[in-house]
Amino acid sequence: MDIKKFNFGINNYLEDRPKLKKFLPQGLTLLAIIFILGYFTYNAQVNMGNRGIVFGFGFLSQESSFDIQFSLIDYDGSYSYGRAYLVGLLNTILVSVIGIVFATLLGVVVGVSRLSSNFLVSKFAETYVEIFRNIPLLLQIFFWYFAALRALPLPQDAINLFDVTYLTVKGWFVPRFLWTNFSILIGSLILAIVAIISISIFAKKRQETTGERIPAFLISLGIIIILPLLTFLFGGVKLDFEYPELIQQSPTIFNFSGGVGIIPELIALALALSLYTATFIAECVRAGIMGVGKGQKEAAASIGLTPGQTLRLVVMPQALRIIIPPTTNQYLNLTKNSSLAAAIAYPDLVLVFAGTAMMQTGRAIEIVSITMLTYLTLSILISIFMNWYNKKIAIKEK
Amino acid sequence: MIDKLTFLRPSKERLNLFIFFGALFFGIGIYDLISNSFFSENITSFLPEILSFFTPLIFGFVGLHLIRIEYSGNKILDSLNKNINSNWFNSILTLLLIFLLIIGIPVILNWAFFDANFFGTSKEDCTNSGACWVFINVWFERLIYGLYPNDQIWRVNVAFIILILTVGVAFFVNQKIKKYIIIFLLFVFPFILISLLSGGSFGLEKIATNEWGGLSLTFIISIFAIIFCFPVGMFLALGRRSSFPVIRYSSIGFIEFWRGVPLITVLFMASVMFPMFLPDGTFLDKLIRVIIAITLFEAAYMAEVIRGGLQALPRGQYDAGKSLGMSYWKLHLLVILPQALKLIIPGIANTFLALVKDTPLILVVGLLELVGMIDMAKTNPKWLGFAAEGYVFAGLVFWIICYAMSRYSISLEKKYKTDR
Repeated sequence: MDIKKFNFGINNYLEDRPKLKKFLPQGLTLLAIIFILGYFTYNAQVNMGNRGIVFGFGFLSQESSFDIQFSLIDYDGSYSYGRAYLVGLLNTILVSVIGIVFATLLGVVVGVSRLSSNFLVSKFAETYVEIFRNIPLLLQIFFWYFAALRALPLPQDAINLFDVTYLTVKGWFVPRFLWTNFSILIGSLILAIVAIISISIFAKKRQETTGERIPAFLISLGIIIILPLLTFLFGGVKLDFEYPELIQQSPTIFNFSGGVGIIPELIALALALSLYTATFIAECVRAGIMGVGKGQKEAAASIGLTPGQTLRLVVMPQALRIIIPPTTNQYLNLTKNSSLAAAIAYPDLVLVFAGTAMMQTGRAIEIVSITMLTYLTLSILISIFMNWYNKKIAIKEK
Repeated sequence: MIDKLTFLRPSKERLNLFIFFGALFFGIGIYDLISNSFFSENITSFLPEILSFFTPLIFGFVGLHLIRIEYSGNKILDSLNKNINSNWFNSILTLLLIFLLIIGIPVILNWAFFDANFFGTSKEDCTNSGACWVFINVWFERLIYGLYPNDQIWRVNVAFIILILTVGVAFFVNQKIKKYIIIFLLFVFPFILISLLSGGSFGLEKIATNEWGGLSLTFIISIFAIIFCFPVGMFLALGRRSSFPVIRYSSIGFIEFWRGVPLITVLFMASVMFPMFLPDGTFLDKLIRVIIAITLFEAAYMAEVIRGGLQALPRGQYDAGKSLGMSYWKLHLLVILPQALKLIIPGIANTFLALVKDTPLILVVGLLELVGMIDMAKTNPKWLGFAAEGYVFAGLVFWIICYAMSRYSISLEKKYKTDR
């Protein structure tokens, strides 16, 4: 009874002082947060002082003196830790982009298949989703890397795909593209894209004002094919291939040289990430298409749109609005999941920086914070872009 | 000329004839495929190579075309046409899938069952060409209990038998007793589990957490993280919707931070960075640190799921509660949360599923649950080369757990569905 009275008393007391009622909980929270952060900082300072470490990011410019197996930019042991960080970051972005592309393609196909009228096709897609969604991603990565790709043949018995690429236990060897005057080609591509954008704007305006339709899609397709082709004929752009060749390194050891070797770690990681994330994207796509009302299709048909136009102008724009937000989340998840690379020694940001570099420098606080901040930034960038896109295609209500 | 060919068009009049020829062509296609892939005998080798490669598809296609007769009156044929053979594109997809199944299923079955070895004690007992389940058989205890001492394994068994029994009983008793069982599971059982496993009291030998492992560790981490992440997530969700700016922004910051970083860096933080933040000399067990890390990580996701539920409730519910003079906590505990949680059962289940699927990651900080133990077993010099068996086994175990969880959540969702 006494407790209840007391409680009532406090409530009454606060009820009479609305300002205090508003600020008391906030002040307490703020105090608690400051206390915890301060306590941690104090301890960290004491601990680092005991071990003789000074907090700072100067180590980033020191020589790293470790090698990285796979890198998109020039790198060896004589470069700095900062450069090693960049190599790791680029490798993370590489595997994320590959994963996102394949997961999207596969996810859309599977999502559409699940709605197929064909019983076998929809069951097959459902089985795929149920199997791959319910197995931990790490396990799938391990399976592809340690079980499936390890079963590939040695370089001397490589699986020959189309006579130019070779699949071996040491990776997948593909031809290297040797461009001459590459910048002219890029320039022509940019020019083509600018032309296409202006043509589509012009076509839209023309249709709005006069109702006349210009085959903008066909013209765009023509431009994007013809302009780069012209640079090959007149601009001096040339494409040569450097094919991988089998060489004997010692009496028993063979390997491929030349071309580009895609390391098995990258293949396993990209494969597992795409197969796993595709199941989630498939569910998003399915939900999106099912979310468009039947009446929409019937209305489109009744005003005389062809099935193709119905899909392109009525169903897809509405389905995309439902599909895009959850799919963005999946892209974010994929990017974060790519950090599992560390478990199979694909040199991504976590392995290179939070693994090797941290072992060598012992700067746990700086390195873990930089790594976390990097992922935070990547996440925020992707979500800002997607929010912008989402807003652009959102229903503009009048 | 074309007119004369119309007799080739499938029609209802000569139904049996078309079914006969359709089935014949379809059968030839299947026979061609089987003889080709299992007996390496190409019955169409007289044709050019590229044509011969596609003959099963061509024969099957013609066969399916011949039986595509609408409203034939034959029920089986009609449902077949409707479901797998509605147009030429669907028939090709159907054929490709049937071929894939014909080629794939025997290979998988042979590997997993008919050519596999099940019993034995060493690698040498695996004489057949298929899977070597002896590997799992021999390592089974390690995969379940980790490095837990053999003579103490009964403690793990007792703990989990208690769990299974209480959960089993909960299914058969009425609502009133069920409530007490749930309270027991949430507030008493965790202590029983911990004191049984770690020992040190009641005359039990003390066993350090680095000897725990295997599937039991997966369960321990999942159970604790699930129990803790739910209330934390709830407070964060309420905080994010609070009208106090300090509380709102600190909740947003907290949630977005954990959602923006990968779990693996969180685990790194828990294992190497967190000890630096504690006073010198204090030591927090690694398992506890990892459980805290996973809890906070999943709590952020849980908070967003719960927030979705809170936002989905109509405003009238809040207004009605307030007009009855309910305080903030009374309003939320008695009116808002019971309704909101009902709405988000699928989301909660997904978060729990993600949590269970994330547990194998703890191997990066040196704790070996099921996947970690398989990793250890397959690098044992006596057992090299059985990675596939190990991962297939672990995959099956996780699949059963996750599939059961998702089915259970669907049944819960149906049970608590109320019409609005």
